[in-house]
Amino acid sequence: MHSTVEVIVTIDWNNFTPLTALSGGILIGLAAAIFALFNGRIAGISGIIGGLFRPKAGGTTWQVAFIIGLLVAPWLFQAVAPMPDVRIDAGTGTLILAGLLVGVGTRYGAGCTSGHGVCGLSRLSPRSVVATVCFMLAGFVTVFVIRHLLA
Amino acid sequence: MNLVFSLLSGLIFGLGLIVSGMTNPAKVLGFLDLSGLWDPSLTLVLIGAIAVGLVAFTVVKKRSVSLLGLPVHLPTAKQIDRRLIAGGVTFGVGWGLAGICPGPALVLVGSGDSQGLIFVGAMLAGMGIFELLERRKS
Repeated sequence: MHSTVEVIVTIDWNNFTPLTALSGGILIGLAAAIFALFNGRIAGISGIIGGLFRPKAGGTTWQVAFIIGLLVAPWLFQAVAPMPDVRIDAGTGTLILAGLLVGVGTRYGAGCTSGHGVCGLSRLSPRSVVATVCFMLAGFVTVFVIRHLLA
Repeated sequence: MNLVFSLLSGLIFGLGLIVSGMTNPAKVLGFLDLSGLWDPSLTLVLIGAIAVGLVAFTVVKKRSVSLLGLPVHLPTAKQIDRRLIAGGVTFGVGWGLAGICPGPALVLVGSGDSQGLIFVGAMLAGMGIFELLERRKS
């Protein structure tokens, strides 16, 4: 019996950038690989920032070095090519609320898109799979509520 | 030497975020908006990153010291508990509100974006609140 396949999602072909997304992703993977292979650590950004709040005997210099790398990346990029567009629609109040939730949530959940999403999934960690499903689903639901229920 | 590799990793990570388009919150929200016009780019970012990461972590998992001779610190926690789930959901709600997660937030600050700075200030405050609550508990 034939039935029509229902289209669940409509792809935004105008904004879909498969090549840059994949090559940027490979760079992110490479950064995580270098950090794991040479430093023996997980490139989890929220954990690295959170580590600054808990200085250990070894100090926090490696966290600071990693963060400086992230901060200067746009300078280096701009020396070669124009920065891609940045559009932030959220107002100040929303940004503050979002930042607070991201700060608290990533520390309680012990990771964010980099630590759980990239490194954890690469390590095939069941904890990271659960965390990634949780924040992805929560992200989908939040955007649905804001854009389609409240708007 | 480990500081050089820390800096390099952060730098390449940041460049990857910029190249992939993930430093643009509007693009991230385009991925999170499943019922609108959906931009699947973030899926490919994850696939690219995990493809490389899988190889690297297969090697790292078997080692107790890194290539620089440093101890390998991989997470040891195994339990899937309320903290993990509630933390993940809380993070996801914040991520969905603004389209910004910690990595891109720092890149935005580096590029001098004032909205990025407000977000990072709040994020640091959130992490500080977590630390206070944890310390009070112990």
